[in-house]
Parts: sequence; structure tokens; C-alpha cells
Amino acid sequence: MTKPDADPRWIDEDAGPVVRPYAMTGGRAKPTNRFNVVALVFAARPAPPLEVWMVPEHTQIIDLCQRPLALAEVAAHLRLPLGTVNVLLDGLVARGLVQVTDPRPAATLPDDSVFEALIHGLRNL
Amino acid sequence: MDYVTSDREGQRTLPTAVKILVAGGFGVGKTTLVGAVSETKPLRTEEVLSEQGVGVDDITGVEAKSTTTVAMDFGRITISDDLVLYLFGTPGQDRFWFVWDELALGALGAVVLADTRRLDGCFPSIDYFEQAGLPFIVAVNCFDGARRYGLEEVRLALDLDPGVPVVLCDARSRQSSKDALIALLQHVMKGRGLSRTPEPVGY
Repeated sequence: MTKPDADPRWIDEDAGPVVRPYAMTGGRAKPTNRFNVVALVFAARPAPPLEVWMVPEHTQIIDLCQRPLALAEVAAHLRLPLGTVNVLLDGLVARGLVQVTDPRPAATLPDDSVFEALIHGLRNL
Repeated sequence: MDYVTSDREGQRTLPTAVKILVAGGFGVGKTTLVGAVSETKPLRTEEVLSEQGVGVDDITGVEAKSTTTVAMDFGRITISDDLVLYLFGTPGQDRFWFVWDELALGALGAVVLADTRRLDGCFPSIDYFEQAGLPFIVAVNCFDGARRYGLEEVRLALDLDPGVPVVLCDARSRQSSKDALIALLQHVMKGRGLSRTPEPVGY
């Protein structure tokens, strides 16, 4: 039974055991979202106390992404495969704890300003 | 590094992240180039593939292996608070097309590093990018003692489209690697509006 003051986002015991991310993927389970390797992960708020559905890596991601960080960087910092991080992000995005923004494809960039900025930036490096 | 800018309403604007791929045969200097221009030493990330993801390749001898780990090295160049460039070295094993598709998605373009002693090493990369419609240039990595061929000889040997730039490059040199990236960006700019949207080709 749910306590009256319980956070509605909580998953109760019917949701089954919390599985370690390695076990969740294992080359089989697929994340619902497949984010781009340079999708920016950004946690707007600090990590909440560990909830039933969470694994410690969820908290690590939130802590790491208090400033926007590319998915590949998150994976590299946590030493987790990209697929595992995608699975972990699914849970965080579903609960609004992080936002993940895929990059705009080059074909839809409105003008050459990004290219010019890149060239200028590289020259001044 | 302060990525997030806020306007008066307190709304946050995320920076734009763009990516460029660095491809080429095994040992051609992809990670060296990434490291030469990145602000930190290259980071490494991994993708774990099931057999299904590996595709139709010959897996004789590894039938019992249910997963394969593919490592990718990448680096970051912060251009400004609003713009971050990521460089990804493509996995050396050309058969992991699933990973290539994932990397190519949304990429601005690719630098294909070529070693004139082993020119065939970059054939799979060139085939891939041609098929995917992703703009690329060929950068001939000048190794010590490597026999220098003329750029036109390389172009002929690789059977490149006349529009694909071929440049010289020393992947160990920051300046030279920057120049290769700039050559790619100029090439992409030139072709904008003419090219089609890259599509995954490996599945």
C-alpha cells in the first residue's frame, strides 16, 4: 500500500527488484531512448535522496551533470558502457531528474554561423 | 567552464554540441590526432554489443562469445560557452558498423587519416562515408620515414570524388591537426545545401 504522503513517482514493490545496470543490459535489454553520443545531459536540480528505483549510478549521473555534459563524457567518467548509461538515463528522464538534448543535425543548422565559429575557434586555439 | 547561460527569465540555454569523426585504418594515428587538438587527453568510452549487433561478419572462432566490447577514444574542444566540439575516433575494427552508425548520426563530417604505406586501411572508412553521405576529407598522415606520395597520386589510388579534399597532416602536431579540421569544416560549408542527410547504412 502506498503511504498518503509518498511521492507518486515512487515505484512500489510490484515493480520488482532493482537490477544492477550491468545485469539490465548484458547485451540484451535495450534502452527505450538511444541518445546521441554528444547529446547533452543536464540535471537542473541536485540529486534527491536515493529512492527505491534508483541505483547509486543514477545519483552519480545527477551529480556529474549539474553542468551539461555529453553522454560520452558521462559514460567515460562513470566507466560504464554507452548502452548502460542510456538505460540509466531512461529512468532519470522519465522522472524529470535530467534533461537530455540531442544535437541538431548539421543539415538543419540555419546558416553557416556554427561552422564559422568553429573555424574561428580552432584558429585561435 | 561555465556552460550554462541564463536569460532574465532564468531560462537556461544549453550549449551547442557538435561532433567530427576521425577515421582511418588501424594504427594510422586517429587517437594521436584527437589528443593533439583536444583540451584534455583523450577520453575512452565503450559500447557493448551483442552478437546480433556485430552484424553479418565472420565470427568463426568466437561463436561462444555473446558480447563484444568496442572502445572509442574521443576528445573535447570548448570553442566558447555556447559551442563545444567533440572529436571521435571511429573504432578500428571496421566490422562494427552499428557503432559507426551511432557515431555518424548527427556528425558534421569526418577526417579520414591515410597512411601511404597502408593505403588500403582507409578504404572501409571512405566507402562508409560515401555511402552514408557524410562529408569527409582525406588527411595523409606524414609519418617519419613514410614515403611521400603526391596528393594527386593518393587521390587516384583511393579513387576519390574530385570534390573530396586531400590534405597533408601530421597527427602529432596540434597546428597541423587543427588545419585538417578547418579544411574539413570549409569543405562541409561549401557542400551545405547540396548534400543529403546522412543515413545509417550498417544495419
